[in-house]
Amino acid sequence: MADTTTTIVQIAAQGVAAATPYLFAGIGEAVGQRAGIYNLGVDGIMLMGAFSAFYSVYSGASPLVGLIIGVLVGALMGLAMAFISVALKAEQGISGIGLYMFGLGLSTLLFNALVETPRPVSQSFTSAPIPGLSQLPLVGKVLFDHHLLVYLAFLMVPLTWFVLNKTPLGLNIRAAGQNPQAADSLGVNVAAVRYLAVIFGGAMAGAAGVSLSIAQTNIFQENMTNGIGFIAVALVYFGRWSPIGIMFGTLLFSVVTTLQLWLQAFGVQISSSLVTMLPNIVTIIALIIAVYLYKTQTPAALGRPFRREES
Amino acid sequence: MKSRLFMLLTVVCMVVALVGSVANPAQAQDKLRIAVITPSAKNDLAWSQSMVDALLKVQEEMGGEEAVEVTVSEGLFRVPDAAAAMRDYASQGYDLVIAHGTQYGASMFEVAAEFPEVSFAWGTASDTGADVGLTNVFAYEARAEEGGYVNGVIAAMLSKSGVLGVVGPVNAGDAKLYIDGFVAGAKATKADIDVKVIFTESFGDTAKATESAKTLITQGADILTGSAQQVPGAISEIQKAKGYWFGTQSDQTAGWPDTVVAVQVFDWVPVLTDIIANREAGTLGGKAYEISLNSGLTMVFNEAITLPEEVMKAAEETMEKIKSGEIIVPGNPKAATPEPTMEATKSN
Repeated sequence: MADTTTTIVQIAAQGVAAATPYLFAGIGEAVGQRAGIYNLGVDGIMLMGAFSAFYSVYSGASPLVGLIIGVLVGALMGLAMAFISVALKAEQGISGIGLYMFGLGLSTLLFNALVETPRPVSQSFTSAPIPGLSQLPLVGKVLFDHHLLVYLAFLMVPLTWFVLNKTPLGLNIRAAGQNPQAADSLGVNVAAVRYLAVIFGGAMAGAAGVSLSIAQTNIFQENMTNGIGFIAVALVYFGRWSPIGIMFGTLLFSVVTTLQLWLQAFGVQISSSLVTMLPNIVTIIALIIAVYLYKTQTPAALGRPFRREES
Repeated sequence: MKSRLFMLLTVVCMVVALVGSVANPAQAQDKLRIAVITPSAKNDLAWSQSMVDALLKVQEEMGGEEAVEVTVSEGLFRVPDAAAAMRDYASQGYDLVIAHGTQYGASMFEVAAEFPEVSFAWGTASDTGADVGLTNVFAYEARAEEGGYVNGVIAAMLSKSGVLGVVGPVNAGDAKLYIDGFVAGAKATKADIDVKVIFTESFGDTAKATESAKTLITQGADILTGSAQQVPGAISEIQKAKGYWFGTQSDQTAGWPDTVVAVQVFDWVPVLTDIIANREAGTLGGKAYEISLNSGLTMVFNEAITLPEEVMKAAEETMEKIKSGEIIVPGNPKAATPEPTMEATKSN
């Protein structure tokens, strides 16, 4: 029994840590979408965040500086997306895919030119158990024995929820995504709000990339996100644009992913291909249930450029 | 007068352009032109890098860029993209087009039929397309289970926990051969050793490979191995746990000098040299090669990690026994009647 409990705790703890990049990227994307802009370039931004943080640390900077640089690079790419989709009013889906390809290409180019071959960094975000809390039975190991970025990602959940639902800024963001014309008539600067939301989303995607390169794996590799950014966008729909919903979605996905790795290591006699499909199957089923359970509507103006009606 | 002068200049320009365009192919024919298509990055520390490194060695041995032109199209995991690249290179007059991936076979056969004067090579495979009338295709494969077995023997001797972990990509091809060999080598050394295997079902999912390594370490593994370009994160993970790593395909010792004990390196130079010699002698294809510990597969031992004398001795003895055929490694169809490798197994 003790062994079973220990195993469950270990799987849960690993699943919580593995949720970090999905959570950062998903929450950032949700804020952008609540303001009316969907950004399919998340994966490309993550790659640029991952590379810039990796290269900073590889060149001698501390992991904290790497985090700041990765987040700034992400914000800069968010600014590019905001300029294209808000100022130029370009079609958002195509713009996002373009940004993804740009991030993939540029991060690969820079990696090949500056680093050449996969190699580890000597410093990274290492485990930082929270004194006292990490000693709690069961939950201590699951929630309070991780590296700094895991705590930051989960801290973003209540923070973002609070800003979106309890502050004037959050009201403006939701108004910009729900009814920008009405928001504009009430004096809200829709373009500025959308810029802010998409830049924030870029910064969060940058942080997601940082968590991959200098916390989870300690390396950078071409296309190392392997589609995590796209899964994060899907998790936004899963979570019905709520940070809390997204958190449950990412936890479900990452814990089941971890579980299938453990099942294989235990030698469970199921085809590894079948076991690998498990997280996707569970997520699809949960998505269907979520659609029926939660009534949160898609932001009405999502994907639509805002054009001010002149009288 | 002006219009005549203009006409004259135009004619002169056209003649110069024509002479130039004729002269270029003549110059190009002076050197051997090789193109390689790889499914992952050319610096992946794994499968793709093994071929690119070998091509660059061959280029250097044959006189550098003046004598051999090497062009790499990397990261073409999608077969339609790779097929387009093959056709492109063949139509540009490349002498040898290497499709470095098992998945490229069917498309490569189609392109090879369209360009009978161009030589093609692909691996891991043994089919030269002779059955469908092709005479311009070479095939190559690695007896990856041999180095896997040697790594398994050393890992079993070094493990303190009695648990070894494997981070595999998919259970097929040379990954399966390598892993089966590793498990067999470990079990032959210590019958009760526990070898845990996880497949990520991907070649390039670095994050999942890292999570797989974490899982194996949490379950007690103190030594890991694995293959494909996804492994660098897994190596870093076992480095954090102060354990050891055993590799395959390309040399990984430089990046993790305190962690990577030994690597089975795929050295395709003998295969490439023979293909080029055959082409120069007028044989454009029709031969299948395999590299093994006798030729082509090299065990690289990390000099920064000193192995106990008995472990090194066991490794060397195992290699000799595999070479002589005394040890039959599971996965090798010819193991019962070992033959010298690098010998053509099929020919027209």
